[in-house]
Amino acid sequence: MKKTGAQILCESLLQEGVDVIFGISGGTVIPLYDAFSQYPQIRRVLVRHEQAAAHAAAGYARVRHKAGVCVGTSGPGATNLVTGITDAYLDSTPLVVITGQVARSFIGKDAFQETDITGITLPVTKHSYLVRDVANLATIFKEAFHIAQTGRPGPVLVDIPKDVQQEETEFTYPDTVNLPGYNPATEADPAHVANVAELLNRAERPVVIAGRGVILSRAYEELKELVETMQAPVVHTMLGLGSLPPQHYLNLGMLGMHGAVYANRAVQDADLILAIGTRFGDRTTMKASEFAPKAIVVHIDIDPSEIGKNVVPYASLVGEAKTVLGQLNPLLRKSDRTAWLAQVESWRSSNPLEEPTPGTKLSARRVIRRLYETIDEKSIVVTGVGQHQMFAAQEYASPRLNGFLSSGGLGTMGFELPAALGAQIACPDEVVWVVAGDGGFQMTMQELSTIVQEGLPVKIAIINNGYLGMVRQWQDLFCNRNYVDVAIHTPDFVKLADAYGIPAVRVENECDVPTAFDRANAHPGPFLLEFAVEPEENVFPIVAPGQNLDCMIEAPQPAVTGRS
Amino acid sequence: MQDKRHTLVSLVQDEPGVLTRVAGLFRRRGFNIESLSVGHCEQPGLSRMTVVVIGDDAEVEQVTKQLDKLINVVSVTDITREDKVVRELALIKVSASATTRSEIMQIVDVFRANIVDVAPDSLTVEVTGDEDKIDSLIKMLRDFGMQELARTGRTALTRGVFSQTK
Repeated sequence: MKKTGAQILCESLLQEGVDVIFGISGGTVIPLYDAFSQYPQIRRVLVRHEQAAAHAAAGYARVRHKAGVCVGTSGPGATNLVTGITDAYLDSTPLVVITGQVARSFIGKDAFQETDITGITLPVTKHSYLVRDVANLATIFKEAFHIAQTGRPGPVLVDIPKDVQQEETEFTYPDTVNLPGYNPATEADPAHVANVAELLNRAERPVVIAGRGVILSRAYEELKELVETMQAPVVHTMLGLGSLPPQHYLNLGMLGMHGAVYANRAVQDADLILAIGTRFGDRTTMKASEFAPKAIVVHIDIDPSEIGKNVVPYASLVGEAKTVLGQLNPLLRKSDRTAWLAQVESWRSSNPLEEPTPGTKLSARRVIRRLYETIDEKSIVVTGVGQHQMFAAQEYASPRLNGFLSSGGLGTMGFELPAALGAQIACPDEVVWVVAGDGGFQMTMQELSTIVQEGLPVKIAIINNGYLGMVRQWQDLFCNRNYVDVAIHTPDFVKLADAYGIPAVRVENECDVPTAFDRANAHPGPFLLEFAVEPEENVFPIVAPGQNLDCMIEAPQPAVTGRS
Repeated sequence: MQDKRHTLVSLVQDEPGVLTRVAGLFRRRGFNIESLSVGHCEQPGLSRMTVVVIGDDAEVEQVTKQLDKLINVVSVTDITREDKVVRELALIKVSASATTRSEIMQIVDVFRANIVDVAPDSLTVEVTGDEDKIDSLIKMLRDFGMQELARTGRTALTRGVFSQTK
């Protein structure tokens, strides 16, 4: 039986096991939405802005380890998706993005709501398609999902003209893909693995950097076995948090610009760095030429173009983290690195994370620390971007693997609420906590409406300091406190939540923090907490831009102590 | 000074937008490209692209890997240090009067180039060869008054066994 392009799309989604799509309808996807009504197996989540559709799909994808799907119409629908697509591209999140396009005869005519979305997204997608013939649609979807979900995952965009959605053809879904130019490696060359194992066995002061690749390939067990055999301390990139429980004795938390003193120091003093699934981003390495100066670097990554891009390794293995660590582990000798671990422990005990002294106002760090104390071990924490994100990363304490969702590469303020929405749909029985700043939250807070419409019990903690806090901190530390456009008016978030029908509490006193979290955790539906925190609390340690990883500013500067 | 020009040969799928993807990649990553030539090759559905990039070995390795990452790019090989045949084609329209015409034709002969069009006040010369040969001919003809010049950029194959396409 013949099917329309729109039906073929739905059939393809079913073939790929898609159970939810995030999107907004519009002129050029009306045939698609018409067909969606015949496929109730696919849940539709109507968001309030297409950016949120992409972030929600990403939140879903990160938790479920498969491609998230989002839909937008042509023109503004498509351009609104771009931030979310870029975010997914930089954080290697698998997405299949479906956009409507004007009918083929209108393409190139500047028709109403026509946008060259494949052109616009060329540098921020793993691949993209403009479907010119309905006969190719099933093959394109097969390829799109394959490309998005294999190798280094990423977003794939499929742009479908309206008349292609309406055209009919026979539907057969291909079993295999024919992509001669796409052969992602899984296993590393065994000879290289043996050489690397020998380097690891010989190292005296090794440090393992666990990046997002560990989470993407779910190499949790392999990582744990590796570091326990090696007796090597582990540091994480921000996106690698959640690849080993924070309670593990070898876990030093996050390195980088806001890394712990002991984490950064261990890296700078190491004689061997084993970096797994990380692109050596500039927020991780800081001054790349001075990164880990005493170490030989061994780099494991699935993407060959990451090898030598930012840091030139002494040795490298190209393959999937889980497979490669599985190859390495049997070749590693149980090592005694007591002296090195003792050294690292002495750094840890003499340079702990800051303990803000209780003041008249709440400390953002203390609030976030308290959040981790109250949530159960299966909870997921989704953050925005800025100071609250760095506090949440530094203080990260959830034992849940892959329990920290945050926008890394693009640093997208406003990621938190829509990503949490997607994560909550991906794991309906677990608690999803949003940690937001008052600035970023205002960028996507319209999605409170979606949460209510979809009946999602997302918990929200807004850390309200009345500033775009991270920029204010930079202006404080690096611009002589010349605060420009960082003070930000915020609405009454309790009233705002009330307008959406979400219960909310504003917390101003330290003694009320635990009860507030308990109340939110116990509430069956969504709950919003607004924390009125000290406006000028800074995130320490911080490495100033352009400095070496161990040039950390560890404590408030004198200029800040006299805060008003 | 070491020549920083590298010759990359790539097989790409004949799909709409492939050239845009390649060109966009060079622009976005800040790679310097000297020339790019592309045309059908011996395998149906594939084109052979010859790209001359300027950069040190590490930069060119990045270019190669980034190109290879494009889904429509089937293979990329840096053939700079391989034994190869490299050719470029140029069309040169040079001013020619009754007094200079025979002199120009002699030069063209020496270079084993061809005259492909004759007009009352000009000659159009077609020349094929490596860049040095074309540069030399252009230099010789420039004094007569060069009206127009079109160069294709480098195209190349390795010598002997069919190697770079796997």
